[in-house]
Amino acid sequence: MTALPYVDGNMLDGPLGEVFAVDLSTATGRCAHCGTPGPMAALRVYPYAPGLVGRCPTCLEVMLRLVRAPDRAWLDLRGATVLEFPMPLDRPR
Amino acid sequence: MGIVTPGFTGRPRAEAPDLPPGQYLTPDFPVLSAGPTPRVPRDQWEFVISTETGTEHRWSWDEMMALPQQTPTVDIHCVTRWSKLGTTWRGVCLDTLLDGVDTAADYALAHSYGGYTTNLPLADLRDRQAWLVHTYDGEDLPAEHGGPARLLVPHLYFWKSAKWVRGLRLTVEDTPGFWETAGYHDYGDPWREQRYQGD
Repeated sequence: MTALPYVDGNMLDGPLGEVFAVDLSTATGRCAHCGTPGPMAALRVYPYAPGLVGRCPTCLEVMLRLVRAPDRAWLDLRGATVLEFPMPLDRPR
Repeated sequence: MGIVTPGFTGRPRAEAPDLPPGQYLTPDFPVLSAGPTPRVPRDQWEFVISTETGTEHRWSWDEMMALPQQTPTVDIHCVTRWSKLGTTWRGVCLDTLLDGVDTAADYALAHSYGGYTTNLPLADLRDRQAWLVHTYDGEDLPAEHGGPARLLVPHLYFWKSAKWVRGLRLTVEDTPGFWETAGYHDYGDPWREQRYQGD
């Protein structure tokens, strides 16, 4: 019997739970529009809107949108090609 | 505190009978903006309606101002829960702009200077329900409120009334816009409190 090359999405709970437990503001992100990397803490965030809008400080295109409903939240990161987090393996859990 | 505060929440207030559910009355005109305010000179401004066949209908500022003008007085309702009653605007009814447009489209995607988009059924832009407005309370519409011209669709939450509007793309398929792709309701009827997807 050959094992399947994939597993179901339940296995994401652990990895994603760890990722989203970190402080996003400590991450580095690369703008999908202009390619400039930089700390997410340096984004220009427009909070006076129906959601939070984080824009690249270089080209002002949208990198992040976060909408918060009372019971749900939506995080759209299509404007960021990659995020890098400080996450040492030996960090206490 | 949560990860994000949804705009102007304020303290809960008693709801007036002429307010949609969950809304409170404000005497102010809050400025909400998802990005830098575009500054569009009138001599460079244009409004374009493009149809599903690729046909484009364009108006310069002077051409738009030469069209029949209306002065609607309407109530507006922001999804961040403030409402403002009896606001007076001046501009062109969308029926006038759509009058010579041959289309079989069911949807419109409004797009703005600065990149904002929002989607509406085309039927909601007809029958004297929507305007392209350039004047608020007797004065030129300030840039922070969407000037030189914005969409006014008062029967839907105010995010559908696109600031700095540049045109409409008429489409056969619905194309969710800026907030509609980030959790907000596709239609946004304040009287049915359609704030978020699934409401």
